[in-house]
This record gives sequence, C-alpha cells and structure tokens, in this order.
Amino acid sequence: MKELKLIASDDTLYTVLDEIKQHLTANNCPEELMTPILIAAEEVYVNIAHYAYGGKPGEAKVNIEVAPDPKRCKLVFIDKGIPYNPLEKEDPDITLSADERQIGGLGIFFVKEIMDKVEYEYKDGCNILSVEKSLQ
Amino acid sequence: MTIEEIKGESSIQLSVDGQVDTITAPELQQKILVTFQKTKNVILDLGHVGYLSSAGLRALLLGQKTATSKGGTMKVINVQPPVMQVFNMSGFSKVLTIG
Repeated sequence: MKELKLIASDDTLYTVLDEIKQHLTANNCPEELMTPILIAAEEVYVNIAHYAYGGKPGEAKVNIEVAPDPKRCKLVFIDKGIPYNPLEKEDPDITLSADERQIGGLGIFFVKEIMDKVEYEYKDGCNILSVEKSLQ
Repeated sequence: MTIEEIKGESSIQLSVDGQVDTITAPELQQKILVTFQKTKNVILDLGHVGYLSSAGLRALLLGQKTATSKGGTMKVINVQPPVMQVFNMSGFSKVLTIG
C-alpha cells in the first residue's frame, strides 16, 4: 500500500494522480479502467482541496492499494476539515437540457457511477472516504 | 494541454491535445468563450483528448450555453472512447452536439 500525505490543493493534484497511475500500472491495471479511476480520484481530491478547509490549505492523506481476491483498486481519502458526507448530496438530474443545467455538481456523482463501492465515515475528527473498483 | 485554433469560412475549430482536468479546464473554458467573441460557430476537436473530468464538462457546458445564447453552434468532434464514457455517464451525450 502507498500512503501519501499532502497539502490539499490543486497544486498537488498531479502528484496524487501520478502516484495512483504508477501504482495501478505496476499492478497491471487494465488500461480502460485507469482513466475512470483517475477521474474519480480527481473529483474526490479536488473536493477536499476546494471545500474541506474552507478554501484554506489543510492536510490530506491518500492511501492507494491494489487488493487481491478479487483484485481491486482501493483508495482512501482522509482530511481533517469540515465534517461533510458527500454521499448525502442529491444526484444531479442528468436528463436536463444544456439551458436547464447548472454549472458543476457532477463530481461526486461521477465517483459513485465509476467506482463499485463508495463509503464515508467521520471518525476521530477526520472525513474518511473509501472507494473501490474491481480490476477484473 | 494545448489548443490549436484553425479558422474556417463560417466557423473556428479548436483542436485540443492533452488532458482536460481541474488544472487545464479553465484555459479551455476561456479559449472557448474568447472564440465565441470572434464567431458564432465553434468546432471542438477532442481527437487527442483521452481524459476529461467534470471540470472539463463545466467548460463544455458553458460553451454550449454561450452558443445557444448567440444563436450559434458548438460541435464536438472526434470524441475518444474514455471521453464518450464521461459524456454518457453525465447525460452530456444528449446535451452536446457530437459529430
């Protein structure tokens, strides 16, 4: 397992994505699953960077793991920011026309659509969002 | 990400190359909006884009809204499978004009 500890900001997004990509590549992740997983990771990490600490710098931890039986990618995002369960956010209406659409609001919806399992818990002052996707 | 501008008779084509994400999407958004100040019809060539997150969709939605408000068009061409997956997942395959 790879553990990253960073200051959550747009500036560290590529560090997170590069580490996930390297870890998945080293574990023979199918190419067609790589991009969706990276997109899901971007959505979660950017949410932390933009909102967890009210726009101020704050710490984020990202754990990256490829677990066996069945082979799957597990990512855990941890921050000590404002308690927030993104899974309580209502899904956007994806049937609306361009005129009716709001700018934004798709990020966490993507995470739920892409990943097989998404879990949130608030523990010891930390937001912990765990996501999993089968690599088989 | 790089964006090449190609002027046509009644439209301008923007050929995008690279990843459209939180970091690069604002540049694409700005480029689309500036291009709509020069023409009513924009063609967005995504043939060299293999990654587009929700930040990229925001840029495209703003482009589509601008096209509608100006009575113009924004056509998205050469969409690659990973990006089409994002369009399908978000319902954008019905919101955008994809050629």
